[in-house]
Amino acid sequence: MECAVDAQSLISISLMKIHNSRTQRGGIKLHKNLLVSYVLRNARQVYIKEKYAEIYRMQQYEEVMTVCNEIQELNPLELDAEDADDEEQARAACCGEEASLCGTACHRDAAQQPAAHGRAASALHGCSPLEDDHKEPEPSYYRSCCMEASPVSHCDQFPANSSAHCNKTTVLDLDTHVVTTVENGYLHQDCCCDALQCGQSAQSPAKKRKVEFGCCISDAEEVSDFTAARKRAKREDCSYSSPDYTDTSNISNLISIFGSGFSGLLSRQADLDQICSKQVLASLGAWTRAIVAF
Amino acid sequence: STGVAGGNDFQWCFSQVKGAIDEDVAEADIISTVEFNYSGELLATGDKGGRVVIFQHEQESKNRPHLRGEYNVYSTFQSHEPEFDYLKSLEIEEKINKIRWLPQQNAAHFLLSTNDKTIKLWKISERDKRAEGYNLKDEDGRLRDPFRITSLRVPVLMPMDLMVEASPRRIFANAHTYHINSISVNSDHETYLSADDLRINLWHLEITDRSFIFEEPEDPSSRSFFSEIISSISDVKFSHSGRYMMTRDYLSVKVWDLNMENRPVETYQVHEYLRSKLCSLYENDCIFDKFECCWNGSDSAIMTGSYNNFFRMFDRNTRRDITLEASRESSKPRATLKPRKVSTGGKRKKDEISVDSLDFNKKILHTAWHPKDNVIAVAATNNLYIFQDKIN
Repeated sequence: MECAVDAQSLISISLMKIHNSRTQRGGIKLHKNLLVSYVLRNARQVYIKEKYAEIYRMQQYEEVMTVCNEIQELNPLELDAEDADDEEQARAACCGEEASLCGTACHRDAAQQPAAHGRAASALHGCSPLEDDHKEPEPSYYRSCCMEASPVSHCDQFPANSSAHCNKTTVLDLDTHVVTTVENGYLHQDCCCDALQCGQSAQSPAKKRKVEFGCCISDAEEVSDFTAARKRAKREDCSYSSPDYTDTSNISNLISIFGSGFSGLLSRQADLDQICSKQVLASLGAWTRAIVAF
Repeated sequence: STGVAGGNDFQWCFSQVKGAIDEDVAEADIISTVEFNYSGELLATGDKGGRVVIFQHEQESKNRPHLRGEYNVYSTFQSHEPEFDYLKSLEIEEKINKIRWLPQQNAAHFLLSTNDKTIKLWKISERDKRAEGYNLKDEDGRLRDPFRITSLRVPVLMPMDLMVEASPRRIFANAHTYHINSISVNSDHETYLSADDLRINLWHLEITDRSFIFEEPEDPSSRSFFSEIISSISDVKFSHSGRYMMTRDYLSVKVWDLNMENRPVETYQVHEYLRSKLCSLYENDCIFDKFECCWNGSDSAIMTGSYNNFFRMFDRNTRRDITLEASRESSKPRATLKPRKVSTGGKRKKDEISVDSLDFNKKILHTAWHPKDNVIAVAATNNLYIFQDKIN
């Protein structure tokens, strides 16, 4: 098995190689660039799958938060404050919950698209939705970016008025050697519905209802500004110990308490199924990992 | 058994090394191709600077009959020069990508050498006599005034010091849009192929309308980001018998029976321990290294290069394999080469080298095996090593 590799960094590296080949002595080497384009294609496929999984997971989280709030209003529970360091349990619980949510959908989808599921499952570590022990699966060689805070670009962060129509293209300027991501959307808000940004998820989940799946699903190169995004991801990593963390761990605890009965509380299950079946859900290897939401 | 790869009776020992010793390697001196001629008497190398150096095997010395003869420089010439394509604003490298000998038909030797764009047919001939006593010109070549000639004489051939001349006889240019990567002389000795990344050109063709595709189905469980790169074939060689074909991809060598195109008959792992390092090898471009492979004269063994100046031999009969190193340290005359081993597990035994200690800048891409004897030529960057079997 190959070492765990980041799809996004492979995309950056590949683009740089293609760019550099223009100035290599002797001219562009056709065969080498062809091979590089294969890596680019493979990495892009994985990256897009991870994006879908992430979008789905974010929407799942929205739903969960919405219901949580509704339930809390109805019957405020006195909960023991979670130990701020007990993130594993919180994460595992949330993960397990969402895994079981995905599980039913996953199996349904598998029935509909067995080929896709099978193929993707062999390529990525498959979804193991019904396990009760949420141990970390072996890293597949397509490691999801969700282990670290994802470099979700601004385009993926939906503004409060979620009717934003966001188009994103990436441009590699061959003269100035700059990679820029051009977004024709609305504001570049730091949306707190991004589940991967620590400490902010508690803040106003109820606002974020709609998910624009049309956004960012384009055939153009889906390459965002990785360097900046990875730096941002690193900063976010450090905020685990922020005071907001206590709140989010309380929330995850809520979810774990409701357990399997929780799925019945979701009013938009049908919608989610539909969304599930549209995406390549075999990439739900992301589900079985710790959901770095808190 | 006397297998050539690690058999009980068989041992390789150092014979010669050609090239400069310093650590600072000039780019132009990097050897880019190695090829024995049909008899094994001549060994040609091409380098990145566009030069061809031909070594000739000297006869065994009467004084030291226990030594095989050595290879010494026979001819050196500049085959290709850097060019500039003004239309495309591109520089064309002078690096010699491939040398192929033509079978000898008269006293002269012919070879084809190619860079990225131009193939040249060179005639290498010996001159050991010189005509003297011309009528119309005097000894230093100046023309004589015909009116001054009072008598005629017949020029006489006089011996002279041996001179080896290389002259270009044909230049095949402007036939390839992409970079030429290989040439191959046909068995009819009248036609040859040249191939670039997309197309193959036939020169003096004979069109055959049958073609076969040799392809092994991909193993889905080993799929990765780099599957296409590592399955890309970097070299193909027919066996001397014509029955088999050998292909080299990044991690393995495969032997194919020409009668069976659905899968290889033999697969040899060259350096499987690199499979977990593919990402780093992609970043530093090593994954694009194109290793060659070659057969021995009897097709019983195959050889290919690796990193850290290691090269590997596989004996097809005994199934044994051996890893040897081309290094200055083991370059004492007739010193036996010690087998090397790369440790892949946790514990590293004495004399083993760990994967992380391998020098990926020292790569052996080009190797050649004498068509008749157990003599091999191994190109290690800017040095050419010649090894032979121990004469018992």
